[in-house]
Amino acid sequence: MLEADGLVLGKRLAGLSAALRPGEVTAICGPNGAGKSTLLACLAGLLAPDAGRALLDGEPIAALPPRVRARRVGYLPQSPELAWDVTGETLVGLGRLPWQAAPLHRRHASAAEDALAVEEAIAAMDLAGLRHRPVSRLSGGERSRVLVARVLAGRPQWLLADEPLANLDLAHAATLIARLKEQARAGVGVVLVLHDLAAAMNHADRVLVLHQGQLAADGPPPLALTEDTIAGVWGVRARWLGEPLRHALLLSE
Amino acid sequence: MTRLVALLLAALILALPLSLLAGKVWIDPFDPQVRNAAIILTELRLPRAVLALVLGAGLGGAGAAMQGYLRNPLADPGLFGIAPSAALGAVLSLFLGLTAAWALPLFALVGAGGAMALLGIIAGREGNVALFTLAGMMIASLAGALTSLAISLSPTPFAMSEIVTWLMGALADRSWREVWIAAPLTLAGLGFLWAAGRGLDALTLGEAAARSLGLEPNRMQALIILGVGLTVGASVAVAGIIGFVGLMVPHLIRPFTDRRPSSLLLPSALAGALLLLVADCLCRVLPTVGELRLGIALSLVGAPFFLHLLLKLRKGLA
Repeated sequence: MLEADGLVLGKRLAGLSAALRPGEVTAICGPNGAGKSTLLACLAGLLAPDAGRALLDGEPIAALPPRVRARRVGYLPQSPELAWDVTGETLVGLGRLPWQAAPLHRRHASAAEDALAVEEAIAAMDLAGLRHRPVSRLSGGERSRVLVARVLAGRPQWLLADEPLANLDLAHAATLIARLKEQARAGVGVVLVLHDLAAAMNHADRVLVLHQGQLAADGPPPLALTEDTIAGVWGVRARWLGEPLRHALLLSE
Repeated sequence: MTRLVALLLAALILALPLSLLAGKVWIDPFDPQVRNAAIILTELRLPRAVLALVLGAGLGGAGAAMQGYLRNPLADPGLFGIAPSAALGAVLSLFLGLTAAWALPLFALVGAGGAMALLGIIAGREGNVALFTLAGMMIASLAGALTSLAISLSPTPFAMSEIVTWLMGALADRSWREVWIAAPLTLAGLGFLWAAGRGLDALTLGEAAARSLGLEPNRMQALIILGVGLTVGASVAVAGIIGFVGLMVPHLIRPFTDRRPSSLLLPSALAGALLLLVADCLCRVLPTVGELRLGIALSLVGAPFFLHLLLKLRKGLA
């Protein structure tokens, strides 16, 4: 379980509590400035809240040594930077860093385990053909898959990603989300900040709707993303069209 | 990667004996007619060559670490103000006319240590890279201004010329004493930089992702301050300011590695050692009136190299 327990942080989070379950895709939705990315960073243990705690299996995440936390919670920031033009494979390999020996520490995985985890991540994101290509020569969609593979290579119990579908065209977004759902079925807790409400409606097992740093709705997509909730939180009238897994949102005005 | 290291090691093994033979007086190993050959070799050329290896390794490694830490291929160990501060310390000892052999290196090391402490205090607990860089640049400019002040106020023309000459950086007339000062400090510094290696790799992905991979920014910053401070401080303390090695070497080496900062550290140290050894040798051999100063020679090569780099970057952006 990954829990937010009364998180308060500046004006961005106002006493937010939620418990996330592994094996599910949880989408965090909300208008700009609602506190989605802040919540995600708190859950990843990267931001210290002013009050409240983030708990990982009942333990305060802030109390975990950074490398222990890093082995359990993988995090993909919203606009990942890449300082050096490494190949796809090298980039995916960086996901193994928390398992490798820090000076004066023992390593937590053998070189063979590292290699295997990288291979699995490459296979999971279908990157075999791109592994030797420098990242500067990858398309936006390919790069997103490499970056997700980097997180998967760490074999985290939780995969937290901030807007992983941003900048992806329809086909790439569909591929990526299918891969992420596979990870959830394999037992990983997948938590995604999503702007695209249709993607959340169609693919998430659960949706948290944030509004002004608080939880406005929480539940399975059809119950959390009702037309009334959308009107109340986003301030637009919209109607759901289509059938389950093929929903589309139509603005009424 | 390992092939690169082997290649550089082979080049070093080849270059070291050759460098010992080269100089105003050439020593022919098959014709031991040269007078005082043994003394020239063991007391003049060998310490000088070893010093070139030590300082070159330190500067090359520090440059690679700095570029990795700042995630910028234009970063240079001089950016943090450690070299100018060490130079300021050395200049003060010359300004005060201290003649004891230990005075200059000690003052330089105190200068470097002061800059390191100041950086640590200003950058604080958060390990913010932008703040850290700005602080370093301010320290550099302050130390530079104070050095100029010391030159302009120098009590005698002799002190002034001594300061100016010293600032140019050279390995001429260095002895084993300088090696014993620089080698342990440089080795310790390289040890800290090596310990920073995996953290530098994580920083490839940006600060947030690096922290999510377990990087502790303040610990990282401490390692970088210690590593760069010790290597650069030691080099300024015994040889004056030798620029451009830390900038050029990682650039030349990067295309031959997988471009992770950690895999750049060792080859950069080796290549830095090789570059300084060869450059110092050329300074000795070139038929100039006096001996060309190493610092000047490297800047003469380094500045055009930097311009070439900027042109290439501009093309990449266009």
